[in-house]
Amino acid sequence: MQEKHLKIALVGNPNSGKSSLFNILTGLNQKTGNFPGVTVEKRTGFSKMPDQTTAQFIDLPGIYSLYPRSLDEQIVSEILLHHKSPDCPDVVVVIVDATNLKRSLLLVTQIIDLGLPTVLAMNMMDLVAKAGISFNLIALSEKLGIPVVPINARTGMGVDQLKKVLSQEVSPSKKEIFHVFDEAKRGVEELRHALEIDNDYEAYQFLQQPTSLSFLKAQELTFIDQVKEKHKFFPGKFHGAETVQRYGFIQNLLDEVTLEPANENRTSQSTRFDKILTHRIWGYAIFFGVLFLIFQSIFAWATVPMDFIDGLFASLSNYLNDVLPEGPLTSMLAQGVVPGLGGIAIFIPQIAILFAFISILEESGYMARVVFLMDKIMRKFGLNGKSVVPLISGVACAIPAIMATRTIDNWKERTITILVTPLMSCSARLPVFTILIALIVPDKMVWHFFNLQGLALMGLYLLGFAAALISAIIIKFLIRVNERSYLIMELPTYRWPKWSNVGYTIVDKTKAFVFEAGKIILAIAIVLWVLASYGPGDHMERAEEYVLQKSENLRLTEQGLEDRVAAYKLEHSYAGMLGKSIEPVIRPLGYDWKIGIALVTSFAAREVFVGTMATIYSIGSEEDQTTIKSRMRAEINPDTGGPRYTPAVGFSLLVFYTFAMQCMSTIAVVYRETKGWKWPMIQLIYMTVLAYVSAFIVFQSFS
Amino acid sequence: MANGRRSVAQMKPGEVAIISELEDDILSVKLMEMGCLPGATIRFNFSAPLGDPVCISVSGYELSLRLEEASTISILN
Repeated sequence: MQEKHLKIALVGNPNSGKSSLFNILTGLNQKTGNFPGVTVEKRTGFSKMPDQTTAQFIDLPGIYSLYPRSLDEQIVSEILLHHKSPDCPDVVVVIVDATNLKRSLLLVTQIIDLGLPTVLAMNMMDLVAKAGISFNLIALSEKLGIPVVPINARTGMGVDQLKKVLSQEVSPSKKEIFHVFDEAKRGVEELRHALEIDNDYEAYQFLQQPTSLSFLKAQELTFIDQVKEKHKFFPGKFHGAETVQRYGFIQNLLDEVTLEPANENRTSQSTRFDKILTHRIWGYAIFFGVLFLIFQSIFAWATVPMDFIDGLFASLSNYLNDVLPEGPLTSMLAQGVVPGLGGIAIFIPQIAILFAFISILEESGYMARVVFLMDKIMRKFGLNGKSVVPLISGVACAIPAIMATRTIDNWKERTITILVTPLMSCSARLPVFTILIALIVPDKMVWHFFNLQGLALMGLYLLGFAAALISAIIIKFLIRVNERSYLIMELPTYRWPKWSNVGYTIVDKTKAFVFEAGKIILAIAIVLWVLASYGPGDHMERAEEYVLQKSENLRLTEQGLEDRVAAYKLEHSYAGMLGKSIEPVIRPLGYDWKIGIALVTSFAAREVFVGTMATIYSIGSEEDQTTIKSRMRAEINPDTGGPRYTPAVGFSLLVFYTFAMQCMSTIAVVYRETKGWKWPMIQLIYMTVLAYVSAFIVFQSFS
Repeated sequence: MANGRRSVAQMKPGEVAIISELEDDILSVKLMEMGCLPGATIRFNFSAPLGDPVCISVSGYELSLRLEEASTISILN
């Protein structure tokens, strides 16, 4: 039986240093999961307390107030307002940026009024000292009725003291900061008694925003509506008046506890950076420079570990084939499970590098400036400045990219971002692109500087990006919802990223990818293995006989024979039959049944294309790019007598792979994020149609 | 002033003003939560290269707003 841990929630504004504090408290003792029923990430971790007990810490998304603006923020209100839930924290630590106390205190006062035991952690005390500010923390603690602990979450200063305070009994503040308005009192009281709510402000919140609290049952919602009706409760009017009342309290409080106000140094330094970083020329130049650096590292530097992982899994597969007794189980392990696992692991370097960059940009405060720079442009396309992060992430992998759309508070803009992100060319398309480009584009230099193949590759990425933007405009007109869009966003002061935070983000995101996408990719790998290794009739068992009969007059080596048998088996498997049956459909695109098989197998995960090509052209045993390439080049089209992979076919395939939604994991993530099958199905259909029509046009106009 | 009303959207870089009123009911609750309260001092820092959004200082920190939102914040002249 597990002992009962003290549950401590960390709450604070974005950029208040909440994640740094969480990382210092829990170290590597943390894991990321999901809140039940929703997709918002839940980071929990354990920490040893001074009294030798273990406390559980929960890192909640950053919020400015208990009134949520986005999905991420909603979860915080739900956790803090659902006092009857087993997830309700025993203690809430509100962490504030002490250099920016006025705005931060709004949230502090709201949480105090909820009646939960609360501790105030004043972060960035070093910067407070530097700015010449001085607070009377004892007075602050007395006025708020809660313990106040000064900390520096970057160095860990004060964290021990915070733990000490937390391990003592913390009781709720006896102060009531916000006084529920007289007009609202009767409704609040009625609700408190009927639903047995232990606190006025909690009941007031139920009346204010019942629809954002998903834990309320249908009959409770109806009852709340009745109470609202009966007592004429006006949420909007009360909300504004509440904020004014709270800020009135905060202003008085600050007047009393501030011994020395700030001199304006810190922000003015930030403004100086902004002069360059949001400059009309330098701003964009620097942003594109950063983008270039990110892409360069994803494509050039990540190949070293990727090749290593590739080789590792290939030899593991061969090793299993050699040592295990022959049979379906071995075959499934060596040809299904291990390549499936390899197919997941190979993307880890790119995803890790990408999130290293994104985390650095976010930690430093630069990402908010990117949103600031791009917002006007993105809005023209029905997107939002905040769509930039998902779109950039999409170049590595659409799965974390789609999860990153949660920060977009406008439903329509978020949905459009989700729909178009998979058009950004992800890393799984790269092996397909590389081999096809090598096949049809000559390896020549133009103007002594640009490699033609490199230009072709860049063109495909731009094509994907352009398709994403154009689709966004079209969808913008198709979704007829007029929800107001706004951008009220803090521009945090610039600071050096904290490297350990960057490290935790990388681990966190990579883990999320491996487990989210991993289980689907693995399951698909096994299904594909079944489709490719079994078939109707006796073709599979007697493949070797058939091949021997057909190639009697050929002097085949043992290896050559084995490869031919493998190709024969694939042709007569269920996957092969599927490939043949779709041939009439794909013929207008210039494809034969062999390419059809590759389309079928890469329907679920596009990177499978290369492996399938290797098997089908009987070179399964030496699956390296040059062999596949030369074999594909030698393939003859029986109708024309010329090569099968003409530029027309090659470009048609490239365009198809750029646009098609061949990724089951993305569909699964979109399903989860949009809570239904509607959007993933729309997305699958429009991308498939787009891919088919474009490939058709390309093939017909080139040939 | 011709119509007597000026908003944050009409401020020039470096200009300082006092917020007099928030015109939009829905936006006002969000703006107030972020520290844009009637009576607060506001400083217009700069606008984005394409003119929109803009960056202001309020309640001791920097906030970015679209022009559309900035125009709902009236200032005293």
